[in-house]
Amino acid sequence: MRIAVTGMTGRFGRLLAQALHRKYALVGIDRRAWTTRPVDVEMHQVDIRRQRCEDVFRGGGFDAVVHLNVMHDPRASSEEHHTFNIRGTTRVMDYCVRHRIPKLVLLSSANVYGPRPENPQFLTEDAPLMGGTRFSEIRDLIALDMCGQSFFWKHPDVETIILRPVHILGAVKNAPSNYLRLEKIPRLAGFDPMIQVVHELDVVRAIEAALLPGVRGVFNVAGCEPVPLSDLIRRTGAEIIDFPHFLAEPVLEQLWRMRLTSFPAPEVDHLRYVCMVDDAPFRERTGYAPAHDLDRTMAHLALSRLAELR
Amino acid sequence: MDAARLNAERRVPDSVIDRIDRLKAELGDRPTDDFGFDPESIKPIAPALHWLYRHYFRVEASGLQGLPTGRVLFISNHSGQIPLDGMMIGCALLFEGAPPRAVRSMVERWVPTLPFVSTFFARLGQVLGTPENCRTLLEQGHPILVFPEGVRGINKTYDKAYELQAFGHGFMRLALETRTPIVPVAVVGAEEQYPALWNARPLARALGLPAAPVTPLFPLLGPLGLLPLPVKYRIRFGEPLWFDGDPHDDEARLGDKVSVVRDAIDAMLQEGLENRGHVFW
Repeated sequence: MRIAVTGMTGRFGRLLAQALHRKYALVGIDRRAWTTRPVDVEMHQVDIRRQRCEDVFRGGGFDAVVHLNVMHDPRASSEEHHTFNIRGTTRVMDYCVRHRIPKLVLLSSANVYGPRPENPQFLTEDAPLMGGTRFSEIRDLIALDMCGQSFFWKHPDVETIILRPVHILGAVKNAPSNYLRLEKIPRLAGFDPMIQVVHELDVVRAIEAALLPGVRGVFNVAGCEPVPLSDLIRRTGAEIIDFPHFLAEPVLEQLWRMRLTSFPAPEVDHLRYVCMVDDAPFRERTGYAPAHDLDRTMAHLALSRLAELR
Repeated sequence: MDAARLNAERRVPDSVIDRIDRLKAELGDRPTDDFGFDPESIKPIAPALHWLYRHYFRVEASGLQGLPTGRVLFISNHSGQIPLDGMMIGCALLFEGAPPRAVRSMVERWVPTLPFVSTFFARLGQVLGTPENCRTLLEQGHPILVFPEGVRGINKTYDKAYELQAFGHGFMRLALETRTPIVPVAVVGAEEQYPALWNARPLARALGLPAAPVTPLFPLLGPLGLLPLPVKYRIRFGEPLWFDGDPHDDEARLGDKVSVVRDAIDAMLQEGLENRGHVFW
C-alpha cells in the first residue's frame, strides 16, 4: 500500500512515519525538510498549496492520503493559519479526486465540540461542533472538519475518514502535552472535570485502522479511561497551583499578549468543563482498541519531558 | 488516611463504611467512574447524612427487599422546597439497600459552572441532567432517581400538599428505550418540613431563585426559620413496573404509561398518609 502523508515533517508526522514505514510505502510531502528520515521514506519538499505539488500526486499511484498538513500554531496570524489549513485541505481533496486516490484520512480533534457546561459526559459524532463559540482559533479546524463532511457528499467514490481524537499526549507539542509537562501546573480552583487522553502512538494506530478498505465516515477516538483532571496532574508528580477561575482567563490573556505563555486564554475552559467523546462506532467498525493505558501514556509523557529538559 | 477522616468515620456505624467500601471496590483501581463519582467522597459527610437519616428525620423505609439489581429508574414524588427527599432516598438505598446502591440523580445545567459545587456533586454521583447521560448511566447498569414533577412538585405551597403535579414524560421514553424497570417511590413527611404558605414569586425572580417560600417560621424567625422541621420521613418503594412500546410514540400514548406510574405513587402516598399516626413521630 502506497500512502502519501502531508505534513510529515511535523512531530506527529515523523512519529507516524517511524511507526509505519516498514509496513507501508510512505511518501512524505512537506515544505520543511526532514533529513534524518528513515531511508525507505520518500520525501518531497514542496508547499502543499503550490501547483508543483500536484506532480507528486499525478505520478504517485497512491492508495491513500493521510492529511496531517494542518497548522496548530496559535501564534501564527489567523490569515496565514486559514489559508494554510483550508486552502491546503481543499487542494489535497482536489488531488484525490483528479488522480483517483481511493482514500483520504483527515485528522480533526475532539476539541471541535468544545468544552461546555451543557455537554453530555460522552459526545457522539453527531453532536454540534461548538468549539468555536469561545475559542475562535479552533474555527479553522472546525472548517476543515466541515470541508471533509461536505466532501463525503460531493465525492462518494473517495473513502473519506475524519478522525476526532481526544487530547493527544506524548512528545508532540500541543496544549495538553505542554500543560502536563509544566513543573507547576495551574488549575482552576474548585473545578475538576473528567478528562480523556490518548497516547500519540494510539492515534497512529487509529489512522492505520482507518486505512482498512471500506471504512468511511466521522469517528471519535478516545484513548484511556476517563479520569479527573486532578488525577492526571497527580500522575505527573507536578505541584498543583489553584487559581480562581474568574482571574485565570484575564491573567492568561495578559500573559499571552506579553508572549509569556503559549496557552491561549479561552483554552482554560478545558480545565473547567467536560469535553469527552464516545468512540464506540470507531471501535466497532474497525476493531481499534488503544494499546496504551493511562500509566503507560503518562510514563511516555514523563519521558518526553525529560528529553526536553536535556 | 488522615486523622479527621478517621474521626469522622467513628461517628457512623461500621456497616455504613463497609457499604461505601463495597461501592468503591466495584470501581477497581480507577479513582472515579466515568462521571467522576467516587464513593470514598461520601465518607466525610456520612456522619451528617447518617444523623439526618436516623435521628433528625428518623426515616422509615419499606419495600427495599426484592428491588431489581442493575439498571433501574426510581420515580418519586417531590416535595419540601429543598431536595432533602432525594438525599433521604439515596441514604435509604445506601444504608439499607441489599446490596447497597449509589443512586444517581440529575443536576441542573448551571451546576457545572459553579466552582467546588460542581466537583462536590460529581464526586457524590450527581450527573448533569441530559437524556444522553441518563442513557449512558442506565446502559452501564446504574440506578437513577428521577422526580418527574421537577420544580412544580418541590416548590408547591402547603395547600397542595400530597397532590401530585403534572409528570414529565422523559423518564418513560428512557425506560422504553433502554428496557429499564421503573420502581415507584412515595415519600411521606417531606411536605411538612417547610410548609410553604406563599411563594413570593417577584422576590424569587429578583433573586434568580426557582421559588421564595414563606413558611410559618421563615422569615419570621430569621435564619433559625431556615431549619427544616424535624418531621418523620416515611419512604415506600413499590413493586417494579415494566413497560413495553415505542419510545418515540406520541405524547398521549406515552402519557397513558406515565399515568400508570403516577397512579402507583399516588396510591402509595394515600396509603402512607392514612397509616401515619403523626407528622412528627
